[in-house]
Amino acid sequence: MRSLRVRLFATLIVATGALWLIAAVWIYVGARQEVEHVLDTRLQEAARMVSSLVAAGSLPPKPEAGGPPGLIPEAAGYERQLSCQIWSLDDRLVARSSGAPDEKLSDGGAGFSERVVNGEPWRVYAVQDEAKGIRVLVGDRLGLRERLVTDLIKGLLWPAAFILPLLGVLIWASLGRGLRPLDRITRELSGRDAEDMSSVDAGAAPSEIRPLAAALNGLFGKVERARRHEREVTAFAAHELRTPLAGLKTQAQIAVAAQDPAVRDNALRQVVRAVDRTSRLVTQLLALARLDAGPSNGAVEAVPLGSLIDEVAELCRAAAPDVPVMVDPEIRSMVLAAPRESLMLLLKNLTENALQHSPVGGVVTWRRTAGEDAIDIVDEGLGASEAELPQLTQRFFRGAGSSGAGTGLGLAIAAAAAANCRARIELMNRADRPGLSAQVHFEAGVMSASRQAGMAA
Amino acid sequence: MRVLVVEDDPLLLDGLKVGLGLAGVTVDVVSTCADAEAALAANAFDAVVLDRMLPDGSGLDVLKRLRGSGDRTPILLLTALDDTTDRVDGLDAGADDYLGKPFDLDELAARIRSVARRGVGRAAGTLRWRDVTLDPAAMSAIRDGVALSLSRREFSVLAALMERPGAIKSRSDLEDRLYGWQEEVESNAVEVHVHHLRVKLGREAIETVRGLGYRMRDGE
Repeated sequence: MRSLRVRLFATLIVATGALWLIAAVWIYVGARQEVEHVLDTRLQEAARMVSSLVAAGSLPPKPEAGGPPGLIPEAAGYERQLSCQIWSLDDRLVARSSGAPDEKLSDGGAGFSERVVNGEPWRVYAVQDEAKGIRVLVGDRLGLRERLVTDLIKGLLWPAAFILPLLGVLIWASLGRGLRPLDRITRELSGRDAEDMSSVDAGAAPSEIRPLAAALNGLFGKVERARRHEREVTAFAAHELRTPLAGLKTQAQIAVAAQDPAVRDNALRQVVRAVDRTSRLVTQLLALARLDAGPSNGAVEAVPLGSLIDEVAELCRAAAPDVPVMVDPEIRSMVLAAPRESLMLLLKNLTENALQHSPVGGVVTWRRTAGEDAIDIVDEGLGASEAELPQLTQRFFRGAGSSGAGTGLGLAIAAAAAANCRARIELMNRADRPGLSAQVHFEAGVMSASRQAGMAA
Repeated sequence: MRVLVVEDDPLLLDGLKVGLGLAGVTVDVVSTCADAEAALAANAFDAVVLDRMLPDGSGLDVLKRLRGSGDRTPILLLTALDDTTDRVDGLDAGADDYLGKPFDLDELAARIRSVARRGVGRAAGTLRWRDVTLDPAAMSAIRDGVALSLSRREFSVLAALMERPGAIKSRSDLEDRLYGWQEEVESNAVEVHVHHLRVKLGREAIETVRGLGYRMRDGE
């Protein structure tokens, strides 16, 4: 049974019905005992009463031997239920009540006995009067007793038979009413288009449904925030891609239109630059998308830092051929436990950033940060204003002093890659001279000295 | 025609300067909101090409501040954000036109001419004075059905004077129209251009108002 309504309904109806049945059985058993007791007492009383009447001589006249039995006058109400016989001790029927059978109701002595007379079971009480020489038998049909109890139970069950369906209708309707807010929310949600992330109105919903509505609203909020973030990034990406494309097209149109060969050549050179920039931007956007896709970017492996930095420096050489990348011998021997691709992106983008901001004749240096599980790269550029420092790792953020040639993504990629390598980036101005210092702090256990440290040194 | 281009991308900026220059526009370029506001405060431009996303803020804010201070310089928003809502926001903030990147250089030049002539209350694409017709789009001048051969600078001076025949243009007005900031202005450049124009159009065409400047001679 998948439906809550049907399940609740069935449970309630079955429980109510069962309760009623148990009550009926209980009452049946109890009533039966009670009826037995009461009727037995009545038999006893009736027998004693008749016996005392006979003893007092009120009835019947002493029958002659062999004469027909006298009739005992009936007390109103006893006619149907009780039968009375008076027998002489020598087994003659002295008298009987009008409804009583002729056959002897009991053979036994005094007290209660049961016997089948004329095919009907009887319960009989006998009183023996030795002085008068008679035995008074008063009995009633067991069938009557049974009917009495049955009627009682029927009286109990009949209303139940009427009330149970009524109860069913009531339960069904009230369940429907209780679940209506759920229906309303369902209808509202199914009628929505995919863009609509507004809150579900819990309204007067019962307290069981409110948490669901609250949870849904919480989820909507999260999805909406994620989507807004995505839209913003997409809008930025569109801007960042369209601008170099616009530059490209403009320069190409100039090259087509220009009469002056110098102007045309310059435009063509700009076209080449624009293509380079655009392709670098696309590469970086893809790198960022990969990093965004999840932290499962390759398995963690032991990467020797020295050779990786050399590789990175070689890759970045084209960006600034005149600026050397120095590496502190102390970190050459370090080994990092990190996904190689992410680590590469981290170091490459930090190195590129440092090279881009270095003046001609400057030096970029990778160092071990003293006293920390960290390495840093310093350049000899202008650094950044304190206000800009926290914004540098935002996507597409370019500092006021930027050359305009950067994509504004490098440090954002470095930050995302750092998170993949269980590291974080801290950017600060150099204390000893103008320039930016980018520190990479690794979590405990990522950075370790190589076993071959001695050999490498 | 002198136009201020506010754009932070160096390649596009260079392209706009050279490309619009080919279309006969004198271009001044700045890359930030702050520089744009300083330039607009100090000089009169026939139009402004404004990028929306700039390193130190939004071009839209520059636009709003400018319109808030009563500046009526025609402004064309040039931006990569070209959803309908972005366009609507831009136009409602006071922009005269909106062009999404990437764009066609010729279309941009045409739109600049369009907002610039609307800015001086003119609807026709060509300028007329007596029997001389100037077509800024084609940079051609026709007199009495015969094409006149004018240099780029001569054309610019004539166009400036013909925009409102009868109105006086001072020498420095004309120099501003002809030269961007980076260009060296020779002291008598305007006189030389006016002289050449008088040779081609006749001595009577351009009147010197002593101490004030030049204007196209009134009447027929």
